[in-house]
Amino acid sequence: MGEEAGMQLNREALTRAYRQMKLIREFEERLHEEIQTGEIAGFTHLYCGQEAVAVGVCEHLSERDKIVSTHRGHGHCLAKGCDVTGMMKEIWGSQEGLCNGKGGSMHIADIDKGMLGANGIVGAGAPIAVGAALSNKIDGPDENGKLAVSIAFSGDGACNQGTTFEAMNLAVVTKAPAIFVFENNHYSEHTGDAYAVGTAQDIASRAEAFGMKVWRADGTDFFSVFDTFGEVLEFVRTSGNGPAAVEFDTERFFGHFEGDPQRYRGEGELDRIRATRDCLRKFREKVTGAKLLTDEDIDAVDADALQAIEDAVTASRAAARPTAENVLENVYISY
Amino acid sequence: MTKMTYRDAIRGTIFQEMQRDPRVVVLGEDVVGGMGTAGGPEAIGGIWSTSTGFYDAFGPDRVIDTPISESAIMGAAGGLALAGKRPVAEIMFADFIGVCMDQLWNQIAKFRYMFGGKSVCPAVIRMPCGAGYNAAAQHSQMISQFVTSMPGLKVVMPATPADACGLLRQAIRDDDPVVFLEHKFLYAMTGEVPDDPDFVIPFGHARLARAGEDVTVVASGMMVGYAETAADDLAQDGVGCDVIDLRTTSPLDEEAILDSVEATGRLVIVDEAPPRCSLATDIAALVANKAFASLKAPIEMVTAPHTPVPFARELEGAYLPSPAKVAAAVRKTLAYR
Repeated sequence: MGEEAGMQLNREALTRAYRQMKLIREFEERLHEEIQTGEIAGFTHLYCGQEAVAVGVCEHLSERDKIVSTHRGHGHCLAKGCDVTGMMKEIWGSQEGLCNGKGGSMHIADIDKGMLGANGIVGAGAPIAVGAALSNKIDGPDENGKLAVSIAFSGDGACNQGTTFEAMNLAVVTKAPAIFVFENNHYSEHTGDAYAVGTAQDIASRAEAFGMKVWRADGTDFFSVFDTFGEVLEFVRTSGNGPAAVEFDTERFFGHFEGDPQRYRGEGELDRIRATRDCLRKFREKVTGAKLLTDEDIDAVDADALQAIEDAVTASRAAARPTAENVLENVYISY
Repeated sequence: MTKMTYRDAIRGTIFQEMQRDPRVVVLGEDVVGGMGTAGGPEAIGGIWSTSTGFYDAFGPDRVIDTPISESAIMGAAGGLALAGKRPVAEIMFADFIGVCMDQLWNQIAKFRYMFGGKSVCPAVIRMPCGAGYNAAAQHSQMISQFVTSMPGLKVVMPATPADACGLLRQAIRDDDPVVFLEHKFLYAMTGEVPDDPDFVIPFGHARLARAGEDVTVVASGMMVGYAETAADDLAQDGVGCDVIDLRTTSPLDEEAILDSVEATGRLVIVDEAPPRCSLATDIAALVANKAFASLKAPIEMVTAPHTPVPFARELEGAYLPSPAKVAAAVRKTLAYR
């Protein structure tokens, strides 16, 4: 064992990566339950199933690296270091939330952490990521000669937006240190990629056509994501190389939004992908098989993550609510 | 007459027009739903259930499920219309107008004028709009101010199921591009809808939703119901309101507004959009200009504040106009002098 770079990670790093994935999983599973009660308002799009992508990417990044997320953004936010309780409070609409209850699930951001926002508009993120990448380019390389990068997370839905195409071309012609991470979960909202993605369900080939070096990997395997993204990152951090793209084949365990009846799914499809394409299960099997961590180690992380979510929910229930006066804050009003 | 929801009035009207006129086609994101999936076409039938059954009835040439590509949807609607079809395009949330503004504003709206009257562009752009679902800043906006300001477009804001039917049929049969702003919160509203398959409501004719002699209240879309509720409450106290439902904001029924204000001398305008450069300011300017002498009190405007739409329940509740805010504005104008 141990051919994969990710498998060379030490116990601490492995435990941390797993905890991040588990935290996202429990965050989303808990929201799925809480939303049924009606306590949480608005539209919520869950990231469950795709944890290995967010964590496999963000475990490589530092705070000076930026990410731009999507409507399915909770996983990216947590993986980039957003405070779990601050996020939960935001989704609860609390004044104590990361965005003071102004944004909610679809607009969580934490600029200090390099998390430039989830987004309610499909395809809106990629140009913003390129802008941040151009800023990185202006700032120049660090003492080790490496550039800070900006990541545009996009799905198989966003890959059909003109904004995404324009952003890819702009990044290429300006040699911006941007990385286009395409998470193909095979559903753009309620439509299959077999119908909506014209390049034979292959998104990376589009990036390639714009002149980018591209990678493809299994997005349900943390080690596959971690190792592949390591190569992508090394390439883009090198001044003068410009952008790159990577497509991860992944799965969405829930509907497009909470409340989606998912009538487009095949018979037994959800059970099958949970049984065979679960990144958490795969991680556990790999690391225990290689004796890097024990089942007891992982069970302890599971319990810890579950408690963190329980604490976040308890805190969110008790958190201060915004008032009518708060509506007029954070915007220029001339009268 | 048949009792039905606002949603079914929209769905039924498009369906009938597709049966009547082979040039009518539908396009948009997930208007079929389930394309390219195990569940297959019609697994969703449109996320607003306003196109359920269309694909099975009319097939893929006339019921075009698009990828998430609003510019392409909007532009293709323009191209279909220039080429002689009558597209009914759905922009899933009106907020997504931001993605496809050029195709609407610089293209569709301008074709007929720019081409010297040598073309028509009979495109209907349906845009589910408005707040009330805690859907936050990019899924809740009222965009009437943008589209009403664009020369070349007609803009419809139905407030009842019957109006949704009659105005949508007019929109589909109209030779000009029409932006059809259906409020998401009204989809479940029920009402009697005429059975006549040729029932149309001509554009530019407001509806008097309540009659009263003390104050004129002008509203559109979901705000009409708020104005009616306020008027009913005020009637208990002996205050009579003319509630004018604009139905279309372009063309605007100036006469209905001016006639009423000349009779009451007091005006309250209710508008879900932010207050600047809006329908509210537009109508206030109209009345100040053409009925100044009739006014007995300053014009009152009940609008959203000059902010994006906030997420939290308390914030969105404070953001939106309400029947209570309308009633307070009516009392304020009555208390003047």
